[in-house]
Amino acid sequence: MNLLRAWFAGIPAYLWSGWGALASLFMFLALWDWGSQIYGDLVLPGPLATFVQLGALVDAGAAWPELAVTAKRALTGFALSLAAGSVLGLLAGLSVTASVMSRPIVTVLVGMPPIAWLVLALLWFGTGDATPVFTVFIACFPIIFVGALQGARTLDGQLKDVAHAYRLPLRMTLSDVYLPHVVSYLFPAWIAALGMSWKIVVMAELLATPDGVGAALAVSRAHLDTAASMAWIAAVVGLLLTAEYLVLEPIKREVENWRTAL
Amino acid sequence: MTLRVTGLGHRFGLADVLADIDLELPAGESVALVGPSGCGKTTLLNLIAGLERPSAGRIDNGYARPACVFQQPRLLPWQTALDNIALGLKAVGVARRERERRAATMGLRLGLANADLDKFPHQLSGGMQSRVALARAFVLEPDLLLLDEPFSALDVGLKAELYALLLGEIAARRASLLTITHDLMEAVRLSDRILMMAPAPGRIVGEYRLDRPRGQRDDGWIYRTTAAFMDEPAVRAGFGLPGQQAGGSVVALASAAAGRAKDRP
Repeated sequence: MNLLRAWFAGIPAYLWSGWGALASLFMFLALWDWGSQIYGDLVLPGPLATFVQLGALVDAGAAWPELAVTAKRALTGFALSLAAGSVLGLLAGLSVTASVMSRPIVTVLVGMPPIAWLVLALLWFGTGDATPVFTVFIACFPIIFVGALQGARTLDGQLKDVAHAYRLPLRMTLSDVYLPHVVSYLFPAWIAALGMSWKIVVMAELLATPDGVGAALAVSRAHLDTAASMAWIAAVVGLLLTAEYLVLEPIKREVENWRTAL
Repeated sequence: MTLRVTGLGHRFGLADVLADIDLELPAGESVALVGPSGCGKTTLLNLIAGLERPSAGRIDNGYARPACVFQQPRLLPWQTALDNIALGLKAVGVARRERERRAATMGLRLGLANADLDKFPHQLSGGMQSRVALARAFVLEPDLLLLDEPFSALDVGLKAELYALLLGEIAARRASLLTITHDLMEAVRLSDRILMMAPAPGRIVGEYRLDRPRGQRDDGWIYRTTAAFMDEPAVRAGFGLPGQQAGGSVVALASAAAGRAKDRP
């Protein structure tokens, strides 16, 4: 509840601080436009053409259903990896043996290119929802797992003594001593994994499914419709930016308030 | 209400850290354990606080509400000063409004400002963090305070202020105090009885009573008593000081003691 109130109260100041970010975004748009003037609309459609095309897609009712399907797959895979990665990572972090043993496995998982997982997933699950969901899951899992592992490994023994000496009940030891520490490691990992899930799902859809943004990209590529391709890309990136800066970043600021000097 | 330690021994792996410790702390008494670094003082305090289990002997702690102050403040970095002070109250289920009121009262009494109470530990100076750590213990109205040299990192003025607050607090409540320190002046200032410890394995090698009531000790008396205490053979041997100094004046001894106490981390 407090978190929610702080979130709303922080919005004006936060939005004001966003001018700098907006300025750099507009810089990027200007460069993009410059590039399109040099190479022409067929190779690189400018921002204006792209957003007009995106508006047309939205008006035609084509954009939202595809984005919804893609979002559902990305979030399903992300939620699965969030649950599995957090729980398993914490458990592994509590035991020295388990954390030492899991390190090389995680390195293998991180080093494995997502496209390789996609090929395997295609062989195992065929063309359907399961393939992108699995690819997202397997790509996000090690990121979250490592975050949770480090959170658990770095728990402070001195604070454990404080909890013991002040006779904190188990529930309070977890909520007041362990959880805030672990969350400060987990939360950045979750955000990194969410960004990853969004990228992976489009790649998986491009090769594996008949619908979704990735599939739409494949179609526009087949039609050599660069403007439509750019429109889809802009839609995907725009959604991610919105989610990141309107929802996740303020929560992160609130959660990690105690770290940064105000 | 008594704390009774009998035949206590403790081992870490193959090393004997403590051997054959006997100790009694009746209600209202203040005892200081002094000894060189590494003589097992902190381990003894951890055993008494119940943070570790002894390898041998027994600890009968008859006190109902013991509270610990550690060498570092050990505050929860993600909680404000106020919430840190209220930690123990929350643990025993005091309602939020009530525990925040009591924590704020105690924080202000220990010299924190209202604005400090809403700050996170990293925004507070070392001295302020120590005050928060003391307030966290005092607010529980403990009948036994266990102090593990919580003042060792503070400057002289701050120390004097916190000693006064501490002595006032335990006198008002007739609470018992067990202090660990290697600062002999601190021991002389705070305690009714000083126990000298020696290392390898940690054991008690001397016991000294201080007769003057805690409230009536002025600085002159403390310097003289510390100097006399430094001349005790067991104390000189325990801290590895060179043999008895012949004919040194009391004042010279006192300043030497103060210098040494300050040099130690």
